[in-house]
Amino acid sequence: MLLELSGVTKHFGGIAAVKDIGFRVAEGSIVALIGPNGAGKTTLFNIITGTLPPEKGLIVIKGRDIVGLKPFEIASAGITRTFQNLQLFSNMTVLENVMAGAHLRSKKGFLRSFFTFPGNCREERKIREESLTLLEDIGLVETAGLFASELPFGKQRLLEIARALASHPALVLLDEPAAGLNPAETEILTGYLKELKTKGTAMILIEHDMQTVMEAADRIVVLNFGQMIAEGTPAEIQANTEVIKAYLGEDEKIA
Amino acid sequence: MKLKNYRGFIILLLLLIIPLVAESNYLYSTLVIIGLYAIIVQGLGILMGYAGQVSFGHAAFFGLGGYTAAIISTRFHWPTLLALLASAILPGIIAGLIGRQTLKLRELYLALATLSFGILVHIFFNEGGELTGGPSGMSGIPNLSIGSFEFDSDQKFYLLVWLILLMLLIGIYNLVHSRTGRALCSIRESEYAAENAGIDCARLKLQAFVFSALLAGLAGGLYAFYVSFISPSPFSFHTSVQFVLMAVIGGLGTFWGPVIGAVVVVALNELLREIVPLLIPGAGGEYQIIIYGVILVGLMIFQPKGLSGMGQYFRIPLKKQLKADVKIRG
Repeated sequence: MLLELSGVTKHFGGIAAVKDIGFRVAEGSIVALIGPNGAGKTTLFNIITGTLPPEKGLIVIKGRDIVGLKPFEIASAGITRTFQNLQLFSNMTVLENVMAGAHLRSKKGFLRSFFTFPGNCREERKIREESLTLLEDIGLVETAGLFASELPFGKQRLLEIARALASHPALVLLDEPAAGLNPAETEILTGYLKELKTKGTAMILIEHDMQTVMEAADRIVVLNFGQMIAEGTPAEIQANTEVIKAYLGEDEKIA
Repeated sequence: MKLKNYRGFIILLLLLIIPLVAESNYLYSTLVIIGLYAIIVQGLGILMGYAGQVSFGHAAFFGLGGYTAAIISTRFHWPTLLALLASAILPGIIAGLIGRQTLKLRELYLALATLSFGILVHIFFNEGGELTGGPSGMSGIPNLSIGSFEFDSDQKFYLLVWLILLMLLIGIYNLVHSRTGRALCSIRESEYAAENAGIDCARLKLQAFVFSALLAGLAGGLYAFYVSFISPSPFSFHTSVQFVLMAVIGGLGTFWGPVIGAVVVVALNELLREIVPLLIPGAGGEYQIIIYGVILVGLMIFQPKGLSGMGQYFRIPLKKQLKADVKIRG
């Protein structure tokens, strides 16, 4: 197992934002995290990436407990993410955004950066090449020299994904990657995620578009009011009465 | 390594020859001050323009450097070169100690914390009694010397300061065009995203802070040896504001901005001192300050990204360079 969560709990004031969450993510698989607004999906992402400390529970990646580590340490353990409300480096170019995402792929620190000529740095050239290739794959290479803020919204989403992938993580957390994309862009995205999966990158995906979820996910975890109400394959989830209740409400008996 | 990337350095080198021809002591001394300020503002530029962290307390590091050099060379009679080294290192250590806590603060709160640090250190210079010489300061600081070579003239000091600045500029050029420079920028843009991309923001901000304090301290040490007299007044809050002003006028997050800012602010001060009394007979210092203020406000309105932003009119856009790159890759 790549990632195992068990008993993860976090309260905000008196309200359980997430309560007793436990599921697993296998290497190279896609797990979709669905649920109504306010179900605790993004909170769970914040907990996994170390932005919020959980009160209870275990989060284990590749056999290593990551609870209490700082976000940058968790990133170097192999988990990166995208953000629901974009967090691009707006005043940096598209290429620089991806190269910054590849921070963990090279080592040079403050002092060594000061004393080495940038043109003579093999590490730097390698990162640049890799980043351009990544941009090519995701269809952004033409815009490599633009500032991130100059991209249209859909492409900004794609850029966030590219940046999250640049460090070659074992697991990427995608927070509503298809939100705001048009149907054509969504299709490209779904295709890209599937291709990524075949290359061995695991993903946890928060998504409201059910077609994307059912198509892309190996397993689905359903949250409602911070509780995990179901977990299973797409077919199992579609047939689950609890889930239908959470999404569509209960049948009312007409007297 | 492409030559055109180093165009700026070559232009600077050529400009440095001009004063040697002019041989004016006034020009030398003004240029020494500009050079010292440029060293400080380059460091501050890394902290403010790249890492995005404000400091209104850099006059304190400047002063700590100056007093370290003065005290060590006059009271303990260390070799001046060692004293100069210490004048950079001690402010660096102090920055390391206070930075760990201070840099957790953001924006206005960080500005206030650094501001109060600056005021605190300034009070210490004034009230330091025996150690700092109080408000009247310390005199009799020896000339800086390396072996038997003494920097005893304005011309020699001018060359020394600008040589040091040039070497620092090359290092900073490397730094901002490296992985570390990129990481610093990403902290400025979104600390949240930078942290999640695996960048240790706390550590990097501290490194930038210590680096800027080292440079300010070094400039302070050079200043003490140059003027041979030191008192608290050049290290007040007002000086810290000047440094921030230079960084902003020159252009935050640009490589040449700090040097341009230092030149423009100092030159403007000097020019106004000469010109204002000619234009308005009997005008006192207050007229200078008013005109100075109006010009700076005008600059900020018409060139809000700083003067080095004007360079964009002459530069090949990165876009075109990249297209060429992509083409080469096929």
